[in-house]
This record gives sequence, structure tokens and C-alpha cells, in this order.
Amino acid sequence: MNESLTSEPLVISGRTFQSRLLVGTGKFSSNELMRDALRACGTELVTVALKRASLEAADPFADILDFLELERYLILPNTAGAMDADEAVRLARLSLAAGLPQWIKLEIHPDPNYLLPDPVETLKAAEILVKEGWTVLPYINADPVLAARLQDAGCATVMPLGSPIGSNRGLETRAQLEIIIEQARVPVVVDAGLGAPSHAAAALELGADAVLVNTAIAIANDPVRMGRAFAAAVEAGRAAYESGLGLTSQKATATSPLTAFLD
Amino acid sequence: MFRKFHDTSEAPAGSFAEAFGKLPLTELAYRSRRADRERVAHLVQQGRAESLEDFAALISPAAGEWLETMAAHSQQLTQRFYGKAIRLFAPLYLSNECVNICTYCGFSRNNDIPRVTIPLEQTVAHTQKLAAQGFRQLLLVAGEHPRYVNNGYVADCIRACLSHMPAISIELGPMEVSDYAPLVEAGGEGLIVYQEAYHQPTYELLHTAGPKKFFAWRMNTAERGYQAGFRRLGIGALFGLYDWRHEAIAVAAHARHLMRRCWKAQVSISLPRIRPAAGGFQPDPSFVMSDRELVQTICAMRMFLPQVGITLSTREPASLRDGLAPLGVTLMSAGSSTEPGGYDHFDETTWQPTEEQPGEQFNIADDRSPAAIAAMIRSHGYEAVWKDFDRALVCDTELALADESGFNLSRIDMP
Repeated sequence: MNESLTSEPLVISGRTFQSRLLVGTGKFSSNELMRDALRACGTELVTVALKRASLEAADPFADILDFLELERYLILPNTAGAMDADEAVRLARLSLAAGLPQWIKLEIHPDPNYLLPDPVETLKAAEILVKEGWTVLPYINADPVLAARLQDAGCATVMPLGSPIGSNRGLETRAQLEIIIEQARVPVVVDAGLGAPSHAAAALELGADAVLVNTAIAIANDPVRMGRAFAAAVEAGRAAYESGLGLTSQKATATSPLTAFLD
Repeated sequence: MFRKFHDTSEAPAGSFAEAFGKLPLTELAYRSRRADRERVAHLVQQGRAESLEDFAALISPAAGEWLETMAAHSQQLTQRFYGKAIRLFAPLYLSNECVNICTYCGFSRNNDIPRVTIPLEQTVAHTQKLAAQGFRQLLLVAGEHPRYVNNGYVADCIRACLSHMPAISIELGPMEVSDYAPLVEAGGEGLIVYQEAYHQPTYELLHTAGPKKFFAWRMNTAERGYQAGFRRLGIGALFGLYDWRHEAIAVAAHARHLMRRCWKAQVSISLPRIRPAAGGFQPDPSFVMSDRELVQTICAMRMFLPQVGITLSTREPASLRDGLAPLGVTLMSAGSSTEPGGYDHFDETTWQPTEEQPGEQFNIADDRSPAAIAAMIRSHGYEAVWKDFDRALVCDTELALADESGFNLSRIDMP
């Protein structure tokens, strides 16, 4: 394996991750293929929809958790399916009772068609869960004020979308993402809509701390190779950012002082 | 307090029945039969139907020549929104008592079939049997009979089955919002109601007696269910009762209306074709939708409404179900009995009926076991998803959980 291009690890809530690629577990054609793709892309944080898992007893017909290799990554349960704060909080508590980590990817999307997150309910649920001691990673629209409010509430990251889930359209919210990143006090994970490795690279170049990818890997003809492609893109994007590509800034900066002659 | 209405002119403003009254359906169906080849070719290349008129063009004979391309678009759109996964469900018939006369239905009150409403204990036993086959999504079905199928009974069934089946939908005679509310409260997730025929004169001809005769009131049932809090709404027409193009356009319009107006609900459609049943109803041959036309309609529906759920039941034969699985369908039933109590006579190993099912609603065409259907789905490179909903979403399970088993997934180590 080549020496890593990047130097700084990702730190969320005091926990360190070498990989800046988070992966979702939906939409794969089989659990076996999902396991192989997760392994290949080197992810260390994997999100799983609680509604797909069996939380009450081992269940051979809902055994997605059995395919997640706990020595390789931290499981990040998510609340997909919840339509309001109450449902999300209930699911989260149930997952903790079942022995899953006290980390939660808060997903509240009452609209089943575009799965766009409900900002009001998300903030409400985040406030409750943070108080209960959860590490909360909220999925949100790319709304800088909401991102700031969630950070005030004590969320461990914010996870703004690039474009709607499954749309593969990339960073359509770029202008808002730039503001969120500029103002961020916690890691920013761009989540949803990243349809190609180049989209993921672009997010990291922009200064996002990580990305979360699901559909593009899951429905590729070869999810294992696509997972690797995303991993490479994420590393490249981050290395470019660390190497000084930086943000497209309104502020002009020169490599050497232009007015030093006045001193 | 409530008034049932037959005519769309009496429907509340903003409801689908009201909008339906103004839809030029006959004209759209007519244009669909005669769609221009060039326009169709352009639409097919574009891969999307933006309007109801586009949809009508995509189910035209001219578009039939492009079926392969349409199938490719449909497959791609479905994968994007639903992934490489097909969800499975099982119907459980509670009762075949019915006060309606519907000339095409096996449960029609004038048919001489054994009538039964299964008691709660039997419902739970069947649900457990279905859960052992893998199902985690259940559809409770019953004829329309206020004496046998009343709200208290169905709500009790939902509550009792919820620990075995996290997702429970119902398909019963249409009700008012206030009658649906207790079913949602009990943990019901989805409501299915088919209009059967969207062509009013046909509807009147086929539904000669019973409360089902209120054409427009039935049409607004899904919206009443949404008001009561159901999060999944299923609609459809029974194909074979009238010109299938007219009916398909109506279903598409209805689904689009619901997706706009009931924005929090997952809307799904079904395109059941009429099957042999008690009563011996014979469809007009000119109304029959061929296999090819069914596939075309499913692909067109996907190109018009990329996020709509599409359900395919065991009414259709195995070969067709196999072919359709990767083309746009998102939900399939398997190993179904359409007779109340029918699962009593299923061998638990092979999941084949060991006795005739004289009280069935219709005769199923694909009698393969749930395991065989799941294997078929996997052979297409798709995952067969049994569980996609948790009862914690619809009821407070925390305390119940602690009391019930004290179960803990201790196999998962905390980091």
C-alpha cells in the first residue's frame, strides 16, 4: 500500500478515523457484496438503518448487522424511516438498549420521495439526544444557520447534503456548503447525492472533513471497485486541500507580500 | 355528520375525486392509442415523462416498439431510488364476509362460497406462521361487512400481530377518517384501497349493490387515510374491467395527486389483472391487457413517477414475475393464500397448500414458496428485503421490550 497522501486524521467526538469516507449500507444487491465493498474501501464508519435491523432478537431475515465487521469500523445507527423527533428518539433509544454504540446519525425525512430532512424535527431530536449523552451526527439540508444551531446544541458533526439522496447529482449546494464549512466548529460531512468519485474529491477539496456515500457504491456494477475508487478520490481531495488548494475565497492572498516595500 | 357521495361534482375541493372530474381521460386514452411515432421516440430517448400526456404517449402502441429502451430507463430509475432490492410482504385474509355485489369478485355476496371471519387467535397463529417464513411486512385483507369486520376487531388484530410483523398495512372497505384513526393508533402503517374501475359507467355496472357504490367517495379514501395518519398509501385499478389505457392513465394521475397532496406518505400503485374467481366473471376481450402491455405500463409508470412504489402480487404467473423483478417493481408478495384461514392448510416446510381453497378471493398464479421467491430475486442480483420498518416507529416499544425479554445484542461490543 502506498504511503498515505494525507496527514491529518478525522476526529469526531474524540474518536480518530484514518478514513474520511463514511459509507451507507442500503441498496446493495446482497449483504455479502456490501461487506466486501465496505472492506475494500477502507471505511471506518458505517451507517445502518435501524429499521432494517432486528433490534429485539437475532433474526435470520433481518441480519444486516451480522455482516458488519466490528473490528474494521464503528457502526453508526441511523433513524431513516422516522418522520418526526419522537420517532427518531425512540429508535435511537431502542438501538442503545440493544447494545449498539451511543452514536446516532439523525435522519428525519417525512418526505419519502426526495428524503429531504426536516430541519425543525431534526433540531428538536438533536437537543434531546445530546442531553442524553449521545454523539449526534445530523443529516441536514445545506442550511448554514441550521448547521450553526445544531452545533450550538452540541452535535458532533453536521452532515449537509450535496444533492438529494440517490440523485447522483453531486455538489448542487456548493455555495451553502462553502459557508457551512467556513463557519464550522465541528467536522462537516457532506452526505447524499455524491454520484461519482469526482464529486467526493470536490467536497474534500472544498474543505469538507469527510463524505458519506451509499447509492453510488451500492448500485455500481462492481461495488467493490467503486468503493476503492471513492476511497482514492477522498484521499486525493483531502490531500489537495491540505496541500493548500484551500477554499475559493473572496479574499485575495498573494504568495509573497505585495506591499513589503513600504516597510 | 359524514355524507358519502357518488358523483365527483360533490367531492371536496382539492381532493382527487374533484380533480378527476375535470381530467380529460377519454381524450388522453384516445390520443394514447394514436400517439405519434416521432413524439414517442423523443420521449423514450429523453427517458422521462413530464406530464400525464407524456405518460399516455408512453403506453401507446407506438411506444411498444421501444419497450427494451423503456425497460432500461425503468430499471435505472428504480435502482437509483430503491437500490438493488425488492421488498417482500404477505397478505393475510381476515374475512370473506361482504355486503357488496361486485360481479368480478369471489367475495361478492351473491356467490355461494363458505364464509368465514377468522378469530383473533387464528390471526396471530397465521401471522407467526408467516413470520417463520421470513415475512416482516403484513397486509391484512377483508371484505366489507360492518358486523364481522368492525374497527375493534381489526385494531385488535394489528396490536396482536405487531410483535411478529413490524409493518402492517390494511385493505378493507373504505372508511371515514375517524374510523381509520384507531387503526393508525394501534400501529397500522399503510392503507391499500383500489378503485377497481376509474371509468364511472363501468364502475356503476359492476357494483350493483352495497356501500361500494359510492364511486367518488371511494376515490378519496387514500386521502382520508392520510389524514388519519397512515404513512403508506396504495392505490390501483383492476385491469380487465375497462379499457386498460384509460385505467392506467387514471392510476398515474391519482398517484401523482397523492404524491403532491399527501407529501409525507409513501405512495405505491398496483396493476392487478383480473384472475379467475367464484362467479365466473369474463372480461371483455378488448379490455384485456397483454403481458407486454403490462410491462410497458410498469416502465412508463416508472418514467413518469420515479419514486412511486410498484407492487406485484401472486396474481401474475411465475415467468412474468421473474422477468419483471428487475424492471421497476419494488414490492412483491409470495406464497399467498387469498382465503381467510387459508394458511391453516399450508405445509410449513414446502409452503404449498395441502387443500383446495374454496373461500378464496381469486386464484393465484404464482404459488412458489417465499424462500423460492427470495432465491429468484437474489438470482437477478437483487436483495430480498424482509424487514424495512421497525415497530418502534409506530409505537412505544422501549418499555415493552425491557419487560418482554430483556434481550440485549451483547454480540456487539461497545467501542
